[in-house]
Amino acid sequence: MTATTPAGWLLVVALVLPVAGMLLAFVLGGRAAERLALLLLGLGVGVGVAVSAAVLRMGAPIVYLPGGWAPPLGLALVADGVAAAMLLTTALVLFAVALFGRAAHATPPDQAETRAALAYWCFLLALAGSLAAAFLGGDLFNLFVALEMLTFAALSLACLEGKPSQFRSELRYLLFALIGSVLYLLGTALLYGGYGTLDFRLLAGRTRADLPTLLAAALMTAGLAAKMALFPLHLWLPPAHAGAPPAASALLSGLVVKAAFVLLLRVWIWVLPPLPAMAAAPLLAALGAAAILVGSLVALRQARLKLLVAYSTVAQIGYLFLMLPLVLSGAAETASHAWLGGLLQAGSHAFAKAAMFLAAGLIATALGHDRVTALGGAGQAVPRAVFAFGLAGLSLMGIPPSGGFTAKWLLLTSALGDGQWWWAAVILGGGLLTGGYVYRVLAGTIAAPPGDAPRPRPLPHGPQNVALGLALISVALGLLPLASFGLVQIGRPGALGALP
Amino acid sequence: MILDWLLDGMVALLILAAALWTLAAPTPFAAVIGFVGFGLLASLAWVRLAAVDVALTEAAVGAGATGVILLQSAVRLRRGAAEVAAATPGRATTLLAGLLAGGLGLGLALAVLALPATVPGPAAEAAARSAEVGLGNLVAAVLMAYRGLDTLLESIVLVFAVLAVWAMGPDRHWGGIPGPRFARQRDGPLALLARWLPPVGIVIGIHIAWVGADAPGGKFQGGTVLAAMWVLAWGAGLVRPPSVADRRVRLVLVAGPLGFLLAGLLGAVLDGSFLAWPAALGKPLLLLVEAAMTLSVAAALALLVVGPPERRA
Repeated sequence: MTATTPAGWLLVVALVLPVAGMLLAFVLGGRAAERLALLLLGLGVGVGVAVSAAVLRMGAPIVYLPGGWAPPLGLALVADGVAAAMLLTTALVLFAVALFGRAAHATPPDQAETRAALAYWCFLLALAGSLAAAFLGGDLFNLFVALEMLTFAALSLACLEGKPSQFRSELRYLLFALIGSVLYLLGTALLYGGYGTLDFRLLAGRTRADLPTLLAAALMTAGLAAKMALFPLHLWLPPAHAGAPPAASALLSGLVVKAAFVLLLRVWIWVLPPLPAMAAAPLLAALGAAAILVGSLVALRQARLKLLVAYSTVAQIGYLFLMLPLVLSGAAETASHAWLGGLLQAGSHAFAKAAMFLAAGLIATALGHDRVTALGGAGQAVPRAVFAFGLAGLSLMGIPPSGGFTAKWLLLTSALGDGQWWWAAVILGGGLLTGGYVYRVLAGTIAAPPGDAPRPRPLPHGPQNVALGLALISVALGLLPLASFGLVQIGRPGALGALP
Repeated sequence: MILDWLLDGMVALLILAAALWTLAAPTPFAAVIGFVGFGLLASLAWVRLAAVDVALTEAAVGAGATGVILLQSAVRLRRGAAEVAAATPGRATTLLAGLLAGGLGLGLALAVLALPATVPGPAAEAAARSAEVGLGNLVAAVLMAYRGLDTLLESIVLVFAVLAVWAMGPDRHWGGIPGPRFARQRDGPLALLARWLPPVGIVIGIHIAWVGADAPGGKFQGGTVLAAMWVLAWGAGLVRPPSVADRRVRLVLVAGPLGFLLAGLLGAVLDGSFLAWPAALGKPLLLLVEAAMTLSVAAALALLVVGPPERRA
């Protein structure tokens, strides 16, 4: 069934471009690294559009077989709807963050290479390559390699400032990520022992509900949940994401956790047999619901802006797990709505959270601190950043029109339609709590600065515009008609007209 | 038959004992020694399972390279005994982690026993088609051809890792020399070893990498041996690591993955498939890539042992 399809070569381009770029940037260093990264990440947006367009035109996943070796002997690169949509989202966010980082990490022509700048540009490309590998990988072991790449790239970006105080929380992040990788790897070994292949499309429909398969799925789920910081494994995330420089926080919260999410979908929707998946999905969704409530409540009580945004990530990740019991429920319409809702949540959160972290970073720079109770004056100093924060907040709350609203609305209606009303209650409650912490920040920024505070420093418009652009995309996703999201259904098992 | 059982049983018990020792060791240093012993015993188990390639890798990378890196960490940790003590989990946490790990191990054992005895895998096809790529060693065919993308990405991970380690150093030392400085050893066992072992070790390392095409061995194992020889000479103060700004070092680090990538693109042009080995260029191209990979692996592992830049060039 598997062969290289027309336009399959695009997947090689999507993978090779950033990876080769990283190797070259590392050798050339300095200013060349910066130029190469900006050029290739810009091209990456074009590649993302081209892959999505090709998948949409074919109406089926596009496939490339490196070396011409078909699975199970070889491994495949596959772009189905999820992969294409996530690739495009990633490309846009990465390019935006690269533009944002020019202010801090530019290497002027006559200056020597610096540590942080080289690491920034190289690891941006590295992250682009790792995410492409994670979205396009068709083989569960190849996806493990992608996870390894991702861990190194993400960790290095998080440690970019080189502050020993930051190493402590990043080390904890590394330990969680590595334990997650080991659990995932154990799962793939069991699956290979059971079926002689790790290609997830070959595994689909062939797996049995026996001990090795279920243990493999449980291990992989636990490992990926640790990487996604699903409640109660979330404690590593807030300090790790909040302590990183703003550009890195935006990528970690917006994109890196989504790679593990796509792998989780591969395991749950493709590999696991439907019956046990259906039975176990409510458990994961319950943890997701707990994440929404606990994450939002803790975010409300944070004293520091960046920690507040990081706890909001813990909550927003929770929504992604709500889709599982709905997609697996069996009813075709519920499944397709919940699937779109979940993926739209992943995408709009990527844009909104990246915007929010960039904006929070700018606010903190302008004020010289990020205490939530003393944000007064930020509205005058960095108005566009504050506006970006607000727009991103709308999407996270789920207020129309925004991508977050459409996502949560779809999850809500499919929950009600399927009689699983309790998830709907969680979605509404989470939205209210999110409104609470977003309001707390916005109200603070609009207030007059405290009398004894130093004058806020106005910042250039460039980086603010980047944050605003990302926030606008997260809102614009909500203005598109639902039919325009047909892409994400392509290749989903159980979708109308899909191949098994 | 009985002898086989006895031997396997002994290896298994020794592995468990080494694992327990590693966990119970009184100091980090002792734990690392236990870990190296554990790795060597595990490689013995791989030999018993007739997976000689895996055994070599386990011994070279799992026990050897990882052991050296851990030893260095253990030595560095001596300066922060108080912080180590503060970060060491209490008895209850340790017990809980032990129970969890034990339960997981038990579950894995049961699951492995429950696996079907025969599974239709790609093994037969892998053996039948290895001649197409001209590689007698099946493991090499998997690594360089069937699953070449895995190998390519793994070799790129090493570049990520080196830059990640370098980037953990302070800003002011960027462009400087990585790692601690060792006094030049004039005599003593280390000086003797550092002078006599490398010529032999380099030949062995190249041999392991060279025979990998047709017999157990390959670039990762050979590269590790080469790296070990350099690390030995470094520890004896005979060689100095290059500056992290040196473009030649960076070129050596990326030569393997970049060469693999270029060969893959050549395959796309000549044979119509990325990462196909072009039939027209045949074995020489493959050997060239393997040689570059060996060099890059050696450089990356050696530099990972050395660590981040610590002084000016």
